[in-house]
Amino acid sequence: MNPNYLENRLKTLFSQALSAAPAAKLMPPLTMGLAPRRLMGVFQRFTALGYAMRSRLPKTACYAVPTLALLFAVTAQAQTADAFSQALEQLRVGNMSEREQAIVQLGEDGRSLKLLRALRDGQLMDWKTESRLVIAVDSVKGYALRDPFDGKAVLAEVDKDAVGKLNMTNKLRGVLSKAIGGLQLNAESADVRLEAVKAIAKAADDNALQLLRKRLERENDAAVLAAIQEALWLRDLNGDDKPARLAAIQALKTRNSQDAYNRLRQLAEADAEADSEVTEQAKAAVKKIESRLQNYAAIETVFFGLSLGAVLVLAAIGLAITFGVMGIINMAHGELMMLGAYTTYVMQQLLPNYLGTALILSIPMAFLVAALVGIGIERGIIRFLYGRPLETLLATFGVSLFLQQAVRSIFSPLNRSVSTPDWMSGSWQINDFLSLTWNRFYILIFCLLVFTALLQILKRTKLGLEVRAVAQNRGMARAMGIPTSRVDAMTFGLGSGIAGVAGVALSQITNVGPNLGQAYIVDSFMVVVFGGVGNLFGTLVAGFSLGIANKVLEPYAGAVLAKILVLVFIILFIQKKPRGLFPQKGRAADG
Amino acid sequence: MNLFKQDKTYGSVMSALAAVTLLIPLCNLIFPEDSALHFSAYSVSLIGKYLCFALLGLSLDMVWGYAGILVLGQGAFFALGGYAMGMYLMRQIGTRGVYGNAELPDFMVFLNWTELPWYWHGFGNFGFAMLMVLLAPGLLAFVFGWLAFRSRVTGVYLSIITQALTYALLLAFFRNEMGFGGNNGLTDFKDILGFNIQSDGVRTTLLFCTGLSLIGALLLCRWIVNSKLGRVVTAIRDQESRVRFLGYRVELFKLWVFVFAAMLAGLAGALYVPQVGIINPSEFSPLNSLEIVIWVAVGGRGTLYGAIIGAVLVNYAKTVLTGLMPDAWLFCLGGAFILVTLLLPDGIVGLLHRRIKPKDIEEALLGEPT
Amino acid sequence: MMSQILAPKGAASPQFHDFVDTRHGPILYLEDVSVSFDGFRALNHLSLYIDAGELRCLIGPNGAGKTTLMDVITGKTRPDSGEVFFGQTIDLLKLDEPAIAQAGICRKFQKPSVFDALTVFENLELALKTDKRTWPTLFSKLNGEQRDRIQEVMLLIGLAGLKNQPAGILSHGQKQWLEIGMLLMQEPKVMLVDEPIAGMTHQEVERTAELLLSLQGKHSIVVVEHDMEFVRSIARKVTVLHEGSVLTEGSMDEVQNDPRVIQVYLGG
Repeated sequence: MNPNYLENRLKTLFSQALSAAPAAKLMPPLTMGLAPRRLMGVFQRFTALGYAMRSRLPKTACYAVPTLALLFAVTAQAQTADAFSQALEQLRVGNMSEREQAIVQLGEDGRSLKLLRALRDGQLMDWKTESRLVIAVDSVKGYALRDPFDGKAVLAEVDKDAVGKLNMTNKLRGVLSKAIGGLQLNAESADVRLEAVKAIAKAADDNALQLLRKRLERENDAAVLAAIQEALWLRDLNGDDKPARLAAIQALKTRNSQDAYNRLRQLAEADAEADSEVTEQAKAAVKKIESRLQNYAAIETVFFGLSLGAVLVLAAIGLAITFGVMGIINMAHGELMMLGAYTTYVMQQLLPNYLGTALILSIPMAFLVAALVGIGIERGIIRFLYGRPLETLLATFGVSLFLQQAVRSIFSPLNRSVSTPDWMSGSWQINDFLSLTWNRFYILIFCLLVFTALLQILKRTKLGLEVRAVAQNRGMARAMGIPTSRVDAMTFGLGSGIAGVAGVALSQITNVGPNLGQAYIVDSFMVVVFGGVGNLFGTLVAGFSLGIANKVLEPYAGAVLAKILVLVFIILFIQKKPRGLFPQKGRAADG
Repeated sequence: MNLFKQDKTYGSVMSALAAVTLLIPLCNLIFPEDSALHFSAYSVSLIGKYLCFALLGLSLDMVWGYAGILVLGQGAFFALGGYAMGMYLMRQIGTRGVYGNAELPDFMVFLNWTELPWYWHGFGNFGFAMLMVLLAPGLLAFVFGWLAFRSRVTGVYLSIITQALTYALLLAFFRNEMGFGGNNGLTDFKDILGFNIQSDGVRTTLLFCTGLSLIGALLLCRWIVNSKLGRVVTAIRDQESRVRFLGYRVELFKLWVFVFAAMLAGLAGALYVPQVGIINPSEFSPLNSLEIVIWVAVGGRGTLYGAIIGAVLVNYAKTVLTGLMPDAWLFCLGGAFILVTLLLPDGIVGLLHRRIKPKDIEEALLGEPT
Repeated sequence: MMSQILAPKGAASPQFHDFVDTRHGPILYLEDVSVSFDGFRALNHLSLYIDAGELRCLIGPNGAGKTTLMDVITGKTRPDSGEVFFGQTIDLLKLDEPAIAQAGICRKFQKPSVFDALTVFENLELALKTDKRTWPTLFSKLNGEQRDRIQEVMLLIGLAGLKNQPAGILSHGQKQWLEIGMLLMQEPKVMLVDEPIAGMTHQEVERTAELLLSLQGKHSIVVVEHDMEFVRSIARKVTVLHEGSVLTEGSMDEVQNDPRVIQVYLGG
């Protein structure tokens, strides 16, 4: 049910395969001894195949190729095995210059990244009794000793005296960080490389830059490549070579990088800057970046607007059914959303370890809960009040108070916290200046899905047909043998169920409390009325445009005033066009 | 409309009001505190509050019961009147505020404002403040109603936009920048017309004034609904378009009643504020306005005194219930909404007059040949 | 006061319309009027002239546009194109419903729409031709002449005995008559009467016919009716509407013998 489940499962499988590979490398003689030549040939062919596949089948290939390549690399490293263990030994017992050599040498071997990092962090120690290097982590007894290559497997627990620290000097540290940088820079994972580039760019010493230049030629990941280029350009910018600086400015102004922007602004503002041409160009570049920043801000506003609009649409489409199609003013609509949100909360309480699954299960559950309550309201109250909209309004308002207090008594007057699963939290970082939060993104998509589903239900199912028939001409529908009262109940249930589903979405972005519904009821009525009663597309358009309008106004007027302005706008709009944006036409609408 | 028996109920309500208006202040002043006939300052304020609500309910009955306009934002006019009164009371504090600033109310000093906003000028004058008590809600109702009725926004649409109106005002008054004390509203009043607002004398006088206003308003409303305008408005409630074809400008009649009711609500708010000692934005909340609707519905709409009975009863129940078991109040309120609309469309008054419903008359008439 | 300030443009007060220029004969001119709802043409280039003092019957099958025509004349529906004049000078398309009513065009609806909550007397009082602005209405008191007038109309429509009864208890036929009475109270120049005899007994129908005949000359009357018997009993001139335009006009006999009319009514 979790769409990400399969993918996650695949990822786990692949990462297990990947971690198995280095483990094999740790026993080079043994593995190599067993590997028959014939098999090696197969490996080679597979590798070639893997590269060929990369262009066509990115996903499988991406995992398969490194795995195979790693295994293949093992053969090459077999010859240097002795040199590697020698370097380890040197690091353990050698003097300072030997150690330096050892670090340099280890820095050229992909296996030693964990080990070197541990050395940097002061965790790499000499296990005296066994005469080998281990990673020592504090434990109750003293140290827990771990394998220096994978950092995980616990070898033993020993007293603090059983291990000896490796002394470091500043010089050694310098060499070490360069070695780590180099290793990371050549790491298989693009993320690790990107991190390394950033770290190196910050340190910005010449040797490190040398490393970057070297990597630049071989790099094939676009993001890493861009980061390296940027680091180098920034370096050029800080240098003395004027043509290089100018070129760097030209290059950097096309980048969406906070660092580049900051640096260019410094340059543009600095009075001390001797070269006026550099200043001028920097100013132009800053302008260029800023104009792009404005575009990003606009995109972000639209996105926020759309996501707010999505929430409004979700809250309003259920109402568009009950109010728009059936003509029922359901003031308890907000509370049905609240029930949906509380259903999510309960589901998460029931499945505390599977938040994502609970959330997804909540969608049908919330639909059911809200739909059943809705049908109850329709059968118990509303059906006695058809044709008396104002009375319906009052009675359903009574229901809303009832539900609010019920939730207050059952749960608590306080807000309940509904967790956001990992795959929904965080944001999609498009560049330094533009990031879109996932939860709003998902809600936007969810809103469109619900809308489409509802449209399909109304268009293609028997219920939908009956709903439309009853909405257009109740008497005729009854004469045709449509059980109108059952259709009423089902329609109301459908509208209410959608409110419940909207509540699930709301639980992800707002507090789940007894007042959740009230906060949205005025808004959702506004959306339906603004869009034109009885018109689902109108509701969609109205929701999104009000959402965007709200977010566009917000920076100028503040959130509250923006909301007031939008409300006032709708009030005035309804008075100009009482039937909303997309009015229903014809004689039937006159009644 | 012409049910003669209503006059009897009307008479009893009127006498009850007169009794409350006269006797309670007297009892409070004459009898010593330990006497059984003494009304404590608390009960005097409480009863004063009920009477304000009754006035507010009456105002809603005019628009809803007679003109058929279900206003879900009547509380907004009440609050505006209350704010106008609150502004006067704020100006009376003078230098006795925490900051001792003679020119500015405390919250403005707190916000580092240096001068009084233009719309606060004149509120030091009681007469001007009283004028604003009527004009501010009246003007809002006039502008809003003019726009709404002219474009023939009716029924639930109108109800919903009146709710949006009060919601927008709620949000607006929460803002500190509005200059009405933001979240906290206006409070810590000291004097009214130079008398200590906490004193028994002022409390009883306020109760007396409220009672008098209510009686006056009831008489005035009764005169209006019995005038030809009242009949036009009732006709509009039942068949709006038909009235238009008789040559009446329906929108202007609705507007007239709407503005009148808004002013009445403003008056109720102005009487309410000195008795409870505070006015804050929560008075604008849509829930408050809906409560007014339930008072009228419980009492029986379209009867005037029904609104008064309903307002007093529901609020008494609220006082009792929120004291005894706070959780039950919303259940009861919600239940009242449902039960009254389903079972008691004519409210308590309807129960009293069950025997002479038009339907019964019809049956009686059909029974014998005419 | 308020009403003066607020009266929208073109909605001048009734005094200006007391004079309707009928020197050229017709009191109502409809020229080339078209109305469509969602693509359905309710009126299709319809032209119609009603003479001052005339009693005209409009007949036509369902959906012929009779009620829409009345809606256009009384301002309820705005035509998509065409002209509607009251006399020579008053452009009805520039007026709204109350202004048209005050100008002297009054209407009885197909479905009797009296005010159930008000008494028979009050219903007639509301219709009385008088100052209909808000403040004057609030302070209005009936003078003796007006009371007499109401009494007179109540006698005419046979409801004097039910003077103080709510209109809600009246029978269907009585409600029809009350509405006709309300029309009379407005002292209209043009009366538009939509299906006046639906739900009436035979005697009532006869009295209605008498009433309408007695009114012609003083008022111009347009009657929409399905009952051919009734139409025959009152009509001098009959207009047949079909699919939104005038099919034919003439005396009842002419019309009934018109082959097109026969085809329309009987299907061809």
